[in-house]
Amino acid sequence: MVSSGDFCQTRRVCGVLIRIDSVTKRYPDGTVAVDRLSLDIPDRSITVLVGPSGCGKTTTLRMINRMVEPSEGTILLDGRDIMRQPVNTLRRSMGYVIQNAGLFQHRTIIDNIATVPRLLGWGKEKARERARELMGRVGLDASLAKRYPYQLSGGQQQRVGVARALAADPPVLLMDEPFSAVDPVVRKGLQDELLRIQEELGKTIVFVTHDIDEAVKLGTMVAVMRTGGRLAQFAPPAELLSEPADEFVEDFLGADRGIRRLSFFPSAGLELVTAPVVATDSTAEQIAARDTPDAPYLLVTSPDGKPLGWSEPRNLTAGEIDPAQLLSYGRPFVAGTDSLRAALDCAVLSPTGWAVAVDADGRVAGVVSQQTIAEAIRGAHKESTSEAKALR
Amino acid sequence: MNVLNFINAFFSDSAHWKGYDGIPTRLWEHILYSLVALGIAAGIGLPVGLLTGHTGRGGNALSLIATAARALPSFGLLVLMFVVLGLGLLPVMIPLVVLAVPPILVTTYEAVRSVDPSPVDAARGMGMHESRILLQVELPVALPLILSGLRSAAIQIVSTATIAAYVSLGGLGRYIVDGLYQRDYEKVVGGATLVAVLALATLGLFWAVGRLAVSPGVRRSN
Ligand SMILES: Nc1ncnc2c1ncn2[C@@H]1O[C@H](COP(=O)(O)OP(=O)(O)O)[C@@H](O)[C@H]1O
Ligand SMILES: [Mg+2]
Repeated sequence: MVSSGDFCQTRRVCGVLIRIDSVTKRYPDGTVAVDRLSLDIPDRSITVLVGPSGCGKTTTLRMINRMVEPSEGTILLDGRDIMRQPVNTLRRSMGYVIQNAGLFQHRTIIDNIATVPRLLGWGKEKARERARELMGRVGLDASLAKRYPYQLSGGQQQRVGVARALAADPPVLLMDEPFSAVDPVVRKGLQDELLRIQEELGKTIVFVTHDIDEAVKLGTMVAVMRTGGRLAQFAPPAELLSEPADEFVEDFLGADRGIRRLSFFPSAGLELVTAPVVATDSTAEQIAARDTPDAPYLLVTSPDGKPLGWSEPRNLTAGEIDPAQLLSYGRPFVAGTDSLRAALDCAVLSPTGWAVAVDADGRVAGVVSQQTIAEAIRGAHKESTSEAKALR
Repeated sequence: MNVLNFINAFFSDSAHWKGYDGIPTRLWEHILYSLVALGIAAGIGLPVGLLTGHTGRGGNALSLIATAARALPSFGLLVLMFVVLGLGLLPVMIPLVVLAVPPILVTTYEAVRSVDPSPVDAARGMGMHESRILLQVELPVALPLILSGLRSAAIQIVSTATIAAYVSLGGLGRYIVDGLYQRDYEKVVGGATLVAVLALATLGLFWAVGRLAVSPGVRRSN
């Protein structure tokens, strides 16, 4: 058994904020959009609802702020039945972000963001001051304050949507496919921004997407839903990737889930070696000393430790090393910070089969072979399986 | 003899600028009838159009009533009202209002219906009351279309208010009715010209109101 304290540490979450308790939604036309769904949404973390189109994600999300009324079952917010609270008070305690941002085209950006504070009765100046502060928080330039929505790009509009939802500092944020309509590069920026905001503000976020990669990237917990509005699996992303509950989840995760799972293993435990590393100003003796049978190639660095490229030892003459003659070192990974997936990727891309590890300043921390990475992966798998067993 | 000569003769006659039958008096009467009729029509058409547009209910019934009302001939209605109610302002106002309500009602309904649903959804999701959603989210975006409905109603009222003269009231119709009776074509053409000028002025007025009342964010996004 593990104590709840340990649970908090391993899952990075503590209490349950929203409890969805065997909720069913039957629309008037008879469609069962959500079928006896039960879900405990943890406090101060991102819970992602993911699944194919039409599986009831939006319906589930909209039942939390009562935009849709459940046919059966109850939803508790912080232990209290949401049906017993005044609907607009409930909604003002939850930020709501939708796919196309849904900005008010007749209002300037700053007044769009100030909407909920104004609804709560704040003065105009105070609300605008708060709005300006939020523009900074979501990465919008202050010069955009007086613009109208049509003057902004799709990505900027979505940032305004997030800022507007955060304006009254609600504990909960509901987001329905907020980044689906923007191009991949902008989407990645918005995702990183959301993770940063979540880290800074500790909101409880319920995030709907149909994109499993987005779910795995953002979710502390991921709820996979299947057509018919039933829950297929509710687990942290790493567990989802390692132990999909059934064939449906496995299919939905896609073919390369093994590789993607490595994103959750840190590279910190990798044993780096510094033996096959020489600098351009190394002496002939130093080069000779590092020419060992274990390492058919040597990595050459600049005198200040930046990687330059690989070379066979016999091609290196002290004092006459020409960086242009070296083999490319590919893309290095940051030791400790990057995941095993990044390390493996570097090794696969490297012409020598060795990955280069650098520190935060880009100086070589050591090199590591594909074999060593493979051993680390096996070790990490073993560890996570026993951890998962212990948690049950 | 051509129309321009008629117009010139009518407006240069100083007698036409004075007294109870002078241009300023008749113009003012005409404007007054038009304003009252437009006010009543807007008082009926706007709230009903806004509410049905917001809820999305009653749209079919509404367009049926509007079509029926459009089929009524204004002059026939005037005669009928005169027979029933006798002389006075009321028999004039009823046909004018019946004429003006359909364009206001139908365009207002359509304008609110055609507002992008996602800001409305966002507003509701952030806890805005329905009345506030209608007035602060839908109305500002629907405003250009609503104004165009009011504008066509106003133009129709201005040109149709001439019928008031048939039931012994004033307005610019006096010149047309009296001129025809007296075979004073100078007067007829002069009266018709004044009606046309007033209609153009109405257009100008609505353009100005649009500039002032519609948010630049809406004007540019449409
Ligand atoms: N207002 C509605 N009336 C009837 N059926 C609906 C309504 N909204 C959604 N549905 C149906 O409910 C199911 C789930 O919809 P939704 O929650 O929007 O799914 P998702 O967001 O996962 O794509 C779908 O089959 C959809 O057609
Ligand atoms: Mg959806």
